[in-house]
Amino acid sequence: MTPLEFHLPALQVAAPMLLAPVVALLRPRGLAWAATLVASLMALAIAIGLTQGALSGESFSYAMGGWEPPYGIELHVDMFSALVLLIVTGASSIALMAGKASLDKAVEHSRQPLFYSAWLLVLSGLAGILVSADAFNIFVFMEISSLASYIVVAGGTDRRALPAVFKYLIMGTIGATFYLIGIGLIYMMTGTLNLADMELRIHDVADQRPILVAAGFITVGLALKAAVFPLHVWLPNAYTYAPHAVTAFLAACATKVSLYVLLRFDFVVFQQNLLGHEFQFAAFLMPLAVLAILAGSAVALFESNIKRLLAYSSVAQIGYILLGASLVSLAGLSASLLHMFNHALAKGTLFLAVMALAMRFTRLDLRHLAGSAQHMPWTMAAFVIAGLSLIGVPGTAGFISKWYLVSAALEAGPVGFFLIAVVVIGSLMAVVYIWRIIETAWFEPPTEAGEVIREAPVTMLAVVWLAALANIYFGLATDLPRELAAGAAASLLGQLP
Amino acid sequence: MQVLGIFYYWVFAILLMIGFYAVVAKINLVKKLIGLSIFQSAVFLLYLTMGKVTGGTAPIYQDDAVNQLFSNPLPQVLILTAIVVGISTTALGLGIVVRIKEEYGSIEEQEIQEIDRR
Repeated sequence: MTPLEFHLPALQVAAPMLLAPVVALLRPRGLAWAATLVASLMALAIAIGLTQGALSGESFSYAMGGWEPPYGIELHVDMFSALVLLIVTGASSIALMAGKASLDKAVEHSRQPLFYSAWLLVLSGLAGILVSADAFNIFVFMEISSLASYIVVAGGTDRRALPAVFKYLIMGTIGATFYLIGIGLIYMMTGTLNLADMELRIHDVADQRPILVAAGFITVGLALKAAVFPLHVWLPNAYTYAPHAVTAFLAACATKVSLYVLLRFDFVVFQQNLLGHEFQFAAFLMPLAVLAILAGSAVALFESNIKRLLAYSSVAQIGYILLGASLVSLAGLSASLLHMFNHALAKGTLFLAVMALAMRFTRLDLRHLAGSAQHMPWTMAAFVIAGLSLIGVPGTAGFISKWYLVSAALEAGPVGFFLIAVVVIGSLMAVVYIWRIIETAWFEPPTEAGEVIREAPVTMLAVVWLAALANIYFGLATDLPRELAAGAAASLLGQLP
Repeated sequence: MQVLGIFYYWVFAILLMIGFYAVVAKINLVKKLIGLSIFQSAVFLLYLTMGKVTGGTAPIYQDDAVNQLFSNPLPQVLILTAIVVGISTTALGLGIVVRIKEEYGSIEEQEIQEIDRR
């Protein structure tokens, strides 16, 4: 390992974090955006480097400040964190590349440096959660990313974003505080904060009640942050009224990072050690996952604002991810991790297409968008591709993970058939709500006749299409995400029989 | 006596619930934030109590003393960080409330919802 490779886990967090205050000082027009993009691409490059290392079997462990774990803070990168790191840094880079024109419209020029500085803090906070192997450190990074994401969500001109963000702040803080209580109780019983060390020590005290209470607090707190149904109420409004580029970034990765912590805690720390935890985990989360799929999709059927429609669809998609994990099998967990990646692709692209649409249409209600495809055929074509991927049509990324999810459910016995039915019903509802948008855009006559609406800017369109083609690419060449997901699932389940 | 012996946990639980109640039940946004602060403070107290060792003293190493019993300093260090996080959250929350007041002219949740519905 070269010295640079050795320091990659620390650089993943430090690079965007150190650049954030610099970006806040860059006043000349466009410079803050350019610097943020460079920092984001740098983070993407580091994530790719870490992924290559993880795929070739290296395990990155970094003792922060030279203090040996478990006494010091340890950074640790394996296939699971590499997979989610790719999602986070990729989503940030793509959203920044495509989003300049849209953000110029949404954020006043004088406030842009501060806005981009907050964006970088979101990025470094999320990356910090993913590389950290220390429970308390994860809490601190979680709060860094949350506080910064409240700022970017409220950064636009839409005043309805403010009450939405306030709700997001209240619920996010409650979730994080629950997590903090959980860690406190575990620390009381084990005297350690290092996850790997915790896994060893918790075994001796696993029958004590505080550990059980801690497992409950941590699961509920993180479920709140991950917008698991019915704790999702903060999500739709926050996504709807945020600046469009921010929605594309956060919808692709923010909830998935919380799910990452949830899965890591439940599978690595609790699963092998707590008696009956496997059953409790499944019995608690599987009904919620089923409800999320059905309720989220059902609400999306009747929404008229397309951003809110897609946000409710996100609630349903989180259900799919949880469903795979709640099967507690290798196949189920790898399907769930694969769906994290593929859903990020599909939903990110959909929100990017919405952003392109919003460049020309100020109101995003379905009735205002009638015939929009006649003015903006390229944008809406990209939307269709990503929509097909969200539904899970063969040949797109979404199909792969749903296929794996269904085959994992088949292994689960009688309950599996019920779950397959849920997945199929959820996908059919997705067909309907995506079709409503497509029908309105392509087949209805434009309402404002005679008005000339141009296609979205070419630079933005190019990036949106790049993301749309990635949906097809990862639907055909599935090796990279599949290998990462399978490896991550195997390491999470490592010690299960 | 066992119930009184762990009174510090009762303080934690009661404060936590007072804060949580305020967050859920109050419609005034500033009162919600006050509730949130109480909620967080309860957790700070939980951490502080767990560091206490009966008869323990401040963890300062002295050459001449033998077999000294120290309190655990780590929870206090952790909670110092969490307090900073709590202050930032409250500050940001109050900042948002100021912006809401500017835009809507109200900080009552229901009135804001009604204005949006119009």
